[in-house]
Amino acid sequence: MGQQVLNGIFLGSIYALFAVGYTLVFGVLDILNLAHQAVFMLAAFIALALVADAHLSLWVALPAAVLAGGAIGIVLERVAFRPLRGRADSNISGLISSLAMATVFEAIALQIFGPDISRFPPGTFPDRVVRIGAATASLLQLCIVGISVVLMAVLTLLLARSRLGRQIRAVAESPRAARILGIDVDRAIAMAFFLSSALGGAAGVLFGLAFNSISPDVGRGVELKGLAVIILGGMGSVPGAVIAGFALGLIEVFTVAHLGSSFRDAVSFAVLFFVLIARPRGLFGRAAAREA
Amino acid sequence: MADLLLAYQSLFAFVGINGLLALSVYTTLSCGQLSLANAGFMAIGAYTSALITLRASGVPFIAALAASALLPAIVAVPLGLPVLRLRGVFLAIATVGFGEVVRLFFVNWDYTNGAMGLVAIPQRTQLWTIALALALALFILGRLRGSRAGYALEAIREDETAARTMGIYTTGHKLAMLALGAALAGLAGGLEAHFTFMVAPGGYAFGRVVEMLVQAVVGGTAAFYGPVVGAAFLTLLPEILREAGARLGLAPGPFRLLLNGLILLAVILYLPNGLVSLPSRLRRRSRGVA
Amino acid sequence: MSLLLGGVSRAFGGVRAVDDASFSVADGEVHGLIGPNGAGKTTLLNLVSGLLRPTGGKIELDGRRIDGLPPNRVAALGVARTYQNIRLFGGLSAADNVVVGQHLRRNAPVWRRLLLLPSARNEERAAREAAEAGLARVGMRERALTRAFNLSYGEQRRVEIARALAAQPRLVLLDEPTAGMNPNEAAAVARLVREVANEGRAVLLIEHNVRLVMELCDRVTVLNFGKVIARGTPVEIGKDPAVIAAYLGESQ
Repeated sequence: MGQQVLNGIFLGSIYALFAVGYTLVFGVLDILNLAHQAVFMLAAFIALALVADAHLSLWVALPAAVLAGGAIGIVLERVAFRPLRGRADSNISGLISSLAMATVFEAIALQIFGPDISRFPPGTFPDRVVRIGAATASLLQLCIVGISVVLMAVLTLLLARSRLGRQIRAVAESPRAARILGIDVDRAIAMAFFLSSALGGAAGVLFGLAFNSISPDVGRGVELKGLAVIILGGMGSVPGAVIAGFALGLIEVFTVAHLGSSFRDAVSFAVLFFVLIARPRGLFGRAAAREA
Repeated sequence: MADLLLAYQSLFAFVGINGLLALSVYTTLSCGQLSLANAGFMAIGAYTSALITLRASGVPFIAALAASALLPAIVAVPLGLPVLRLRGVFLAIATVGFGEVVRLFFVNWDYTNGAMGLVAIPQRTQLWTIALALALALFILGRLRGSRAGYALEAIREDETAARTMGIYTTGHKLAMLALGAALAGLAGGLEAHFTFMVAPGGYAFGRVVEMLVQAVVGGTAAFYGPVVGAAFLTLLPEILREAGARLGLAPGPFRLLLNGLILLAVILYLPNGLVSLPSRLRRRSRGVA
Repeated sequence: MSLLLGGVSRAFGGVRAVDDASFSVADGEVHGLIGPNGAGKTTLLNLVSGLLRPTGGKIELDGRRIDGLPPNRVAALGVARTYQNIRLFGGLSAADNVVVGQHLRRNAPVWRRLLLLPSARNEERAAREAAEAGLARVGMRERALTRAFNLSYGEQRRVEIARALAAQPRLVLLDEPTAGMNPNEAAAVARLVREVANEGRAVLLIEHNVRLVMELCDRVTVLNFGKVIARGTPVEIGKDPAVIAAYLGESQ
């Protein structure tokens, strides 16, 4: 039981970290960024290349890959989202342009790293087991949970307290009003993409470390889990995504333990499906006009 | 001509199958609904017809194909009633969830060999079968335009609320299009199963419906034949350009993906009504210059 | 008696946008609905057309309860409307907009078209001709093939009226049909509204142009803060102290 809770929290921390960035962009633009999973994947490969090929320490590679993720996010916004702003069907055309970028990113990764699974070299992270009560966890797992929680706390503080955070929230509320208030809307949106993609990239690196397997399609499975999380948490709600991320991690672990591993993925999609039908705004979402 | 058809038989077959699939996404898009359940419907159609062929010997192929279209359409009704209340991205997400649930159902179903799927399905699909199915689909969608129901669909796409106050029963129309799209996707699944000898859940993952959507959008969803143009373009182009890709040092897999991504991006940014709008656009431009 | 509202209320959260409103509109009558901004006029039209459900009271059309019915059912019972902020189908031509408006009048099952029957083609031609005639009635025949979003504001209003009339409704709800029009255009619309009423249809009209209301309407209902503060002929309304107070309150 304790072991399962621990495993659930570990898995949930990665889902949550992936989903907060995902939901942040949705909150600001009302657009689903389907390239988020590709940034997740690219950042994992960047960290891998820095460790395996450039022989850098993980503690250098991780922040570098996170920053690279953020930079990719800014490119993404410029190429795939900004030109569509103001178009009547921008939420569907944005979904499609982000899909195009995801495809391009995947093609790049496939060309450079090949279709096979890549792994971090042995010894990238000290292999140590920690006992917590009756349960055991690896040091790596604890670090992953720790890093995720710290990053999500930083994001929450940033959004709540900083000038940039206030600007992003204002744009999320109403871009027009924000512009009247003198906020540089384009810049605020670009920064939201930077933050979102940096966190998505961090989740990618941590996921790659945790399961030690990275491939160009690694983001696809996580993308659908991330969708379930942000729907459960309420689209656009950062705290909702955090809580729903941990909840999904726990649900999955307990499902595997009690129903068998073949039901693991089915549960998250069932959750997604039924939340949308029964309570489309999720646990913490705003009561927006998303229903007829 | 006959030699050409023979040499590229499977390529043309996939143009047709992909055309049907792109049309299946278009049917719901034509009334403004982005439904991504079609990989799931395709799976249901493929498994249905494959099971009939494999386990019920003596049933004619045409009946198996009819079942592959009918069953997904029936499933679409109880799915559509709750999810069609959702708008835009939320409908898309809910239907993605449905598609994945269908795929996982087949992964876990022992009767169909789980993730391995069904193999050694006799090849019954001919090129002309596919061509006929595609022609039928195009005929139906083409005749729908300009009809009373066709006007209603356009009205729903433009402004659902205004359409309702015009007396249009929007739920019924949306549901009908979801079911028609499901039937087309299921039919394509049945045709493909009897062409490639096998069905397996892996072929009906999220990526498959994304492919359908991309082809529909690239071709253009303002005209009913646009999705077929998109499917043909994106299926044939990588083959035509294969040499060029190799010369650039790109492997076929990444090259195909890159091409898809760049074309999609270019279309959505510069040609929002798709490739079929290119001629009129060029004409307008040349007239503007003159 | 065509339209009857009995104690109709609609609250949003704690705010009563329409509060215990009662009045009636007879066949062949042009009934004005006026009041200061935010008085609940558009909410009231949304309640009648089924876009909103009342939180209290009843709405009857020819003695039949219509509150709580979905908008398409209300339309099928003979109610058509226009919108304050114009809701034409922007990507469709003016003529196609009017063809959509005929939805309830057309008898054209899809199978006839699928079987390539000539009756389908004839029916379509009739629909197109009727649409052109409808556009001619609002002076828009020349613009029949122009996409709605390329039309000017006043032209869009006129097409929207033609679209509503295409359903041959018993009751027409017009939400500020002359907003943004010059006096000549407004006068033409007023003539059209009178003509429509003379055909025996009931017209419920929201209008800010006081002169137009005085000239055109048979009876007027005045709303303020969701409540009916006066009912009567235009002359009676013009002398009503409560109405004068409400309008003075707004202009201050």
